[in-house]
Amino acid sequence: MKRMAIVGNHALSYGALLSRVQVIAAYPITPQTQVVELLSEMCADGTLKAEFVKVESEHSAMAAVMGASASGARAFTATSSQGLALMHEVLHWVTGARLPVVMGNINRAFGPPWSIWTEQTDSLSQRDTGWMQIYAQDNQEVLDSVILAYKVSEQVLLPTMVVLDAFFLSHTSEPVEIPDQEKVDEFLPPYENKYILNPDDPHAFGGLTNPEWYMELRYKIHKAHEQSLDLIEKEGKEFEKMFGRYYGLVDPYKVDDAEIILVAISTAASTARYAVDLLREKGKKVGLLRIRVFRPFPYQKVKDILSNAKKVIVLDRNLSPGAGGIVASEVRGALANVKNHPPVFSYIMGLGGRDITTKHIMELFEEVEKMDEGKDIIWKGVKL
Amino acid sequence: MIEIRFHGRGGQGTVVASKILADALTREGKYIQAFPEFGVERRGAPVAAYARISDTKIWPRHKIYEPDHIVILDPTLIGAVPLLDGLKPGGWILVNTTRKPSELNFPKEYKVATVDATHIALKYRLGSAASPIVNTAIVGAFARVIPVVKLETLLDAIEEGVPIKPKENRAAAEEAYNSVIMEG
Repeated sequence: MKRMAIVGNHALSYGALLSRVQVIAAYPITPQTQVVELLSEMCADGTLKAEFVKVESEHSAMAAVMGASASGARAFTATSSQGLALMHEVLHWVTGARLPVVMGNINRAFGPPWSIWTEQTDSLSQRDTGWMQIYAQDNQEVLDSVILAYKVSEQVLLPTMVVLDAFFLSHTSEPVEIPDQEKVDEFLPPYENKYILNPDDPHAFGGLTNPEWYMELRYKIHKAHEQSLDLIEKEGKEFEKMFGRYYGLVDPYKVDDAEIILVAISTAASTARYAVDLLREKGKKVGLLRIRVFRPFPYQKVKDILSNAKKVIVLDRNLSPGAGGIVASEVRGALANVKNHPPVFSYIMGLGGRDITTKHIMELFEEVEKMDEGKDIIWKGVKL
Repeated sequence: MIEIRFHGRGGQGTVVASKILADALTREGKYIQAFPEFGVERRGAPVAAYARISDTKIWPRHKIYEPDHIVILDPTLIGAVPLLDGLKPGGWILVNTTRKPSELNFPKEYKVATVDATHIALKYRLGSAASPIVNTAIVGAFARVIPVVKLETLLDAIEEGVPIKPKENRAAAEEAYNSVIMEG
């Protein structure tokens, strides 16, 4: 084990290296470029024995890793924002073909107008593609999540997206423990799939399927997601035994006696944890529920943790125009069947990389303390 | 937790300075976040970088608005950029300049340290004569003024972390460490 100061982008690269990926295809885009820069150097100097496929677009990058995975190779790519949007068609195809591809996505706001800064709308707008989605809050979690993603994906035959905030993680240097290769090998065995493209044993995949059978295949994809709910936690515990760090579906903090619980994802949740500590020092009964895995959505965990709160705040650094916060929509859905559930206060803030500070988050708690009825949407800090 | 803001100009190595510091602190088992002002950098334009340093895990993840200390890599930024914004009383202002701390007329509530990092960078031929790279000299001075890291650890991080002239960068940092003038 080695402790090194690295940026979040390089944490993705090291995660791919330690997972012994065999094929990488990627197209550079700010703020993702460093991920593939380092991987291409690792391939060039022999540190990583993988095929690095240069492509002319993100659509081709995803198509190339899809082909690689279909032929039995462990495949990796990374992108951001417009690049992810360009992959959209193939994202569905990878899920339908049940290929355990893992990719990194650096959250960046969509243009126009051009932005290079963070918000989660790019990845959250891919939520119905059937990819599992993990939202990291620090660089250690980015690296560890790549390894965990392959471990789970290859058992359930579903792809996973490891998602991190532009700049707040991607370009921030901080200490990361780089696990020993032998221990990662012990945790993550080589990728094996019975159903691969093989010229010596030809089969057809993904052909025309009539209405008599399509629905059953969709059902199986959904069931695989449900199976992952348990598997993610099980593998999280196995990972903890070997590496001393646990990652589950959700990450609750001081929720047991909390009257107001704030729900958030990504680095805003990390800042919120600090805000919760400061408010607790003032005697406020507040807590935090970080949702780490957004797909499969951990409905039961969210229900269990939030049901006993008096009020729930959801902080969304994303927007589904015409509806509101995307995480808030899931949280309201999770609570809908809970009797006398707490009111939900849905905040939109920090779009296009606008800073979300500790002070801002403390203000959310203070504002909601004074409100009784839940609010479908509250815009925090918008200039009108 | 100590929060520091660095002010420089594109091309002086401000971001690399904060990365070297991150490496050095990590070597000593401490926690640090080092990050640039997130934008599109241009040579000569004012840039900022940030560092949070702690003995335990660091949770807040946003820009630093109320730094404990500031580091100014380019004296021509004084008066051009609101450098002291949010600086906490009692904090250090470390400046790359030929002048003495008392000659800079900063408010009395701050402690001031100066180092001639440009001269040191030129002496060791770091960067060009027109555009010297002062980052390693300034972090050397930093280690003396704000003693969060051992000099030897920092010098090792510099030697292994700079893209060229490792010995010269190491020597520049050491010279700055020994020549910085502190008042306050």
